[in-house]
Formats: sequence, C-alpha cells, structure tokens
Amino acid sequence: MPYLTIDDKQVEFKQGQTIIEAAVTADIDIPHFCWHPKLSISGNCRVCLVEVEKMPKLVIACSTLAAEGMIVHSKSQKTLEARNAVMEFILINHPLDCPICDEAGECKLQDYAYSHGKGESRFEEIKVRKDKRVQLGPFIKFDGDRCISCSRCIRFSDEIAGANQLTFVKRGDRVTITTFPGESFDNPYALNTTDICPVGALTNQDFRFKSRVWEMSSTKSICVGCSRGCNTEIWVRNNEILRLTPRLNEDVNSFWMCDNGRLNTFKFVNANSRVDGNYIKENDELKKVDWLYAISKTADYLKKYKGNEIAFIGSPFATCEDNFTMVKLAKALGVSNIDFAEHNIQGDQDDILIREDKTPNSLGAKLVGVKPAQNGMNLEGILRSIKEGNIKALYVMEDDVASISNEWEEALGKLNLLIVHSSNFNKTAKLANIVFSSSTFAEKNGTFVNFQGRVQRIRPAVSTIEMDRALDRMNMSRWDKFGTQFDRWMQGHKYDAKPGWKIFSLISSQLNFKMRYEMAEDVFADIAKSIEAFSSLDYDVIGEIGSQIEIKKTVAV
Amino acid sequence: MAEKKRKKDLNFFERIYVVEIVKGMILTFKNMLRPKVTMEYPEVKFDPPASYRGRPVLVQENNGVERCVACGLCSRVCPALAIEVQAAETELEKERYPQKFEINMLRCIFCGFCEEVCPEEAIVMSKDYELVFTNRDDAIYGKDKLLIPVDKLKDRLEFLRNFK
Repeated sequence: MPYLTIDDKQVEFKQGQTIIEAAVTADIDIPHFCWHPKLSISGNCRVCLVEVEKMPKLVIACSTLAAEGMIVHSKSQKTLEARNAVMEFILINHPLDCPICDEAGECKLQDYAYSHGKGESRFEEIKVRKDKRVQLGPFIKFDGDRCISCSRCIRFSDEIAGANQLTFVKRGDRVTITTFPGESFDNPYALNTTDICPVGALTNQDFRFKSRVWEMSSTKSICVGCSRGCNTEIWVRNNEILRLTPRLNEDVNSFWMCDNGRLNTFKFVNANSRVDGNYIKENDELKKVDWLYAISKTADYLKKYKGNEIAFIGSPFATCEDNFTMVKLAKALGVSNIDFAEHNIQGDQDDILIREDKTPNSLGAKLVGVKPAQNGMNLEGILRSIKEGNIKALYVMEDDVASISNEWEEALGKLNLLIVHSSNFNKTAKLANIVFSSSTFAEKNGTFVNFQGRVQRIRPAVSTIEMDRALDRMNMSRWDKFGTQFDRWMQGHKYDAKPGWKIFSLISSQLNFKMRYEMAEDVFADIAKSIEAFSSLDYDVIGEIGSQIEIKKTVAV
Repeated sequence: MAEKKRKKDLNFFERIYVVEIVKGMILTFKNMLRPKVTMEYPEVKFDPPASYRGRPVLVQENNGVERCVACGLCSRVCPALAIEVQAAETELEKERYPQKFEINMLRCIFCGFCEEVCPEEAIVMSKDYELVFTNRDDAIYGKDKLLIPVDKLKDRLEFLRNFK
C-alpha cells in the first residue's frame, strides 16, 4: 500500500483516495464544508486548502488525489492563513444570527469560525440579503441568508435520494437554492439534508426552535419504522423525545434515514394515549389498578383455562427479549397456539432504505420462536378458533390486532379473556380485560433483528417511573445531572410502564414456573444459550453497530 | 522568664496616657458629628448605583415585544441552573421568542453571567433587591414578573455600554 505524509504522520491510503479521505482514516481533521464521504466531490467551499510540498499553490484536499510520497501540511502557517482568509470570505454574507439559528451548537461554520476564524470582520458594507423562512418542502424551512452554497443538499437529492429537486439559481454572491418551479422538496429522504447542511440554512420544521442541542441528551438507538432498522440517536430533554437523527452504520443505513422514520416513529411515546399504569375491566369499564393486583389477577385467570383454550400473539414491534419470555411463558402454560401478525404495506419499498415490512423485529420474533408449536395454530387458525369458540383466552403483546381487520375486532369481542400489553390505548387495549402498560422502544433495553439478520441494540432514552437516569446509566443532559425535584425543568412526565419481559417474569412468579431475570441482558443471555442463531452474542458484542447472524433458510423472510 | 519587650518603647507622654485619651475622644466626637450612613430601611429605601446587581430582568421594548430571542445562552452559562427557556416561532422579524422564560430566584446567585453572555442585551441586572416569597412556586419568576420596560432600565443599559 502506498504512503503519504500528512503533518509528519505516515498515512496509508488506497489508490484513488483523495488527501482528505486518507486524512480521515488517520484521524487527522482537515476542515471541510462541501465534502461529504458519501457525496460526489464539488470542491466549492475551499476551506480544505492544504499545502503540498513541491506544488506551486495550495490545493484542496477534497479533490486532490493522494500520491505516493506526497508531503502534506494541514497546519502550516501558509495553510492556516489561507484557511482564515476563506473563513473570512464565507462569513462576509453570513448573518450574525446564531442566537436565533437552530443549528447553533452543532454548526460546522460556528465551530470553524471559532477555531480558524479571525474573530472579527473587516467587511463594512451591507450584507447581501436573501429570502428567509422559505418553505422548501412539507417539513423543511430554508433560510437563504445562512446558506454558504456548499451544494451538499443538491448533491444529496441527486445522488442519494435520486430526486433532482434542488438547484442553484442566480450567480455570485446572490446565488441561492431553490426547487424547480412549482415543485416541492418532498422526497422521502429530504430531511437528511437538514443533517448534512453544515449551517442552519435547512432546518427541520418539526424540531424547529424546540430545544437547543446542548440541552438534550442523546442515546444510541434503532428506528422502529420498518425492518431496515436504521441506526438512530434519540434526543431527549425533560424526559421527552424531541427528535431522531440518523447515526452512521455502513452496513445498514449509512448516514441516512427516511422522513417517515424520523418524524412519525417517536411521537406515540409522549402521546396522550399512553396507558400509564395497569387497567382491569370491571363492569365494562377499565379501572386503574396496581402492578401486584394486575399480575396476580392475570395468573388467576390464566390458571382457569386449559392450554388449548389459550392463544398467545407476539409482536414484531417488541424486542427479542419480550417475545422470547412470552414464548417461554406460553410453553410453560402448555399453550401451542403462538404466532404474530405481520404488518406489510405492499409496494411501499425502495432500493435505498424503506422496506415493505413496517415492523422492526419480525425476523427476530421468528427466530426466538414466536411460531405455532407442535399441533399449534397459526394466526389464521387462532382467528378461526376464536370465532368457533375453541379459544377462549387470548394474550396479545404490543400489537393492535383489532386494527388488522373488522373480522379480528369482532372476534376479540367474543373472547372470555383478553390480556393485552400495550404502550398506548388502541382498539385492542380498549377491548381487553386486563391491560398492562408496556414500555416503548425508547424506554427499555433490548434487541431487534432487521431484515438482513443483523442484531441491533436499543437503549433506554426516556425513563419510566421504575427507572432512574443515574442509577440505570442512561445518558444525561446537564439538566438531568443537576436537577432536583423542585425544578420545573425536571418535572417531565414519567410513565408507569414495564418492559414486556419483566411483566412476563412477574406473572411467572405467580405461577409455578419462575423466570429469574433481573435485566434485559439476563434474558438475552438465555436467548444466546437456547437459540443457535444468537449463540456467542451478548450486549457487548452487539455493541453500537450490531452484529450479523447466520440465518437458516427455513426462517428467511 | 525573660521580661517581655514591647515592640515600641513608650515615651513620657504616652506613658501618662492623658494625651492618648484625649486623642481617642477627639476621634469619637468627630464620628459623632459625621453625617449618618445608616438608613431606616423600610421607610427609607436604598437607591443602588447602576453597577448594582439586583435581580435579573428581561428588557421589554417600547412596542411591548421582548428583546430576548430565547437563544438559551443565559440558561447554559448560569452556574446555578436558575434559568429555563422555551423558544417558539413568531411571525415578527426576529423569528424566535421565549414562550416560557423562568428564573428560579431561589437558585439565582446574582453573578450577572446571564447579562454578560446575552447577545441581544435582553437580560440585565436590575436595581431590585427586594425579593420576598413564601413558597417555592412563588420563587419561580415567569415572563410576567421579568419583563420590564426599557425606559426603566436605561441606567443599567448605559452602564453596560460603557463598561462591558
């Protein structure tokens, strides 16, 4: 492999790599605005200028190919002077509205102005003003003043999203970004441009002005919008999710996620429809009861039925841990009617990220054994038997089966006993005799298996009543660290919910079959022990970017 | 035991003390006749100079709009975490305004960092030092108590322009 020298450091590179790519692999930071590892090279911001020995002038690191024996200085006097000059030029027409701008705190221009800029401007003339608050698309606001014309958003929509919707218009210092006339910037990946925009020119309408970035804590998690399982970060302030952003994982989603996942997969966590405590139906009305009562009642009810009169419906929305403990409990009760409902939207799929299967864990549910046991019935069979009256008790975990079809809704009404785990009140929960309040994906530890067979971790970002941010080692913002019960900004609502596996092991303790699990990791250790596909895995091995498992043909999706 | 030696040998006049007593009494009488600095507080109120750091307040422009754009820097810099800001969008030229701006006066330590960091000169230390509350909730001052017309804060704003 050829070598080049950057700042007295020998750096190995592949033929065809540019200087900046070689520098990134060696953890050398060369400032850049327009260069992005996944986009084509545009070379128009000029801030990555570096000095290369034996070259007459400074060159831009993003489009100069690295060559054997090249000696690059990224911190020499000449480079720093050029960089300062470029920063001064970029800042000439940039408004001084950081206090208003949402990007402040994660803004590349702000960072570089601080580390490389002069700190003052020699520009005395009037700045060029452009359109502010332009509604580019349904979820994006564009501020022309702040734009530094790096063209990242244009290249993104051309090259990654495959929708040529944005372009530069006008020339010189009046250049601005717009959609083609009459078009809206509405492709399903449009909001990624708000992440890659190095300044606050493109902002997410949904998150706009909700919080400053330094006030939130961020937790590494997985998107639950479809079976792709894009790696995300959950941004939380005052125990409320404010936004999701994609997280780099080359094997799954690269830098991106779709708009639907970003906007619509977290709002139910703080919705008014949250279950918040357990309910038991008495005289056709759901009454709130405490955990102990609900659990002992459930155990009493379940004991009344024979194994073939009960069916369990797992969930592709729930984690592997939850599904595994459910199967374990079902088998201990002698139940063989176990299955789960798939949620596919035919045709809603593309070659980029979006998948037809709108659940995060259908493969995981299959792998941990949410399928009919010997002589057991599948979903259709269960529906038929409920209608015929053979199945009298149904246990549904974290899925809204009543919304699948009217047939299901009617069938659920015929049951003698319906026990439901649900995070929000939905049709199924309203029909239930017992409703357990289950934690959402943002409130528990667990694993999902995406359609590729990649096991990925979710981590708690929002705390429930039984959790404590510090003791449970959740990520904490400055507010979380120093707040007391008397501070209003600490009084975000904590829901009374438990993860599915915990509810099942509590129920098992009331039956003659105890599952001794202290935490989700214990459940996963048990999964790893008993299911071949998961062997040799644990939470540390899965880590931040997940690990691929071998899938046998029999369970392939 | 050795005899203790004075630091300074007293001379004759000092040794008879009379002169020293007279000197001391002169000082006493001088101070009796000096103008009083003590105030009869509740009846007479102290009017602090412009450099005084009383409770922090928000500047309200003459058109009734606050200067604050809810950037959150005061809240970030506050060493006692007394300030909570929630921004929201408006149609006015400054796109952003504080929907909620609360200072917990039990936490505030009157350091003036918020005033120093403010990019809009929107939060300043006032001359108000009379802070009374009887429960924790009353100690949290919202926008209703914090907004003060700019005319009443001229002294401080001028002081800041000269010395900040």
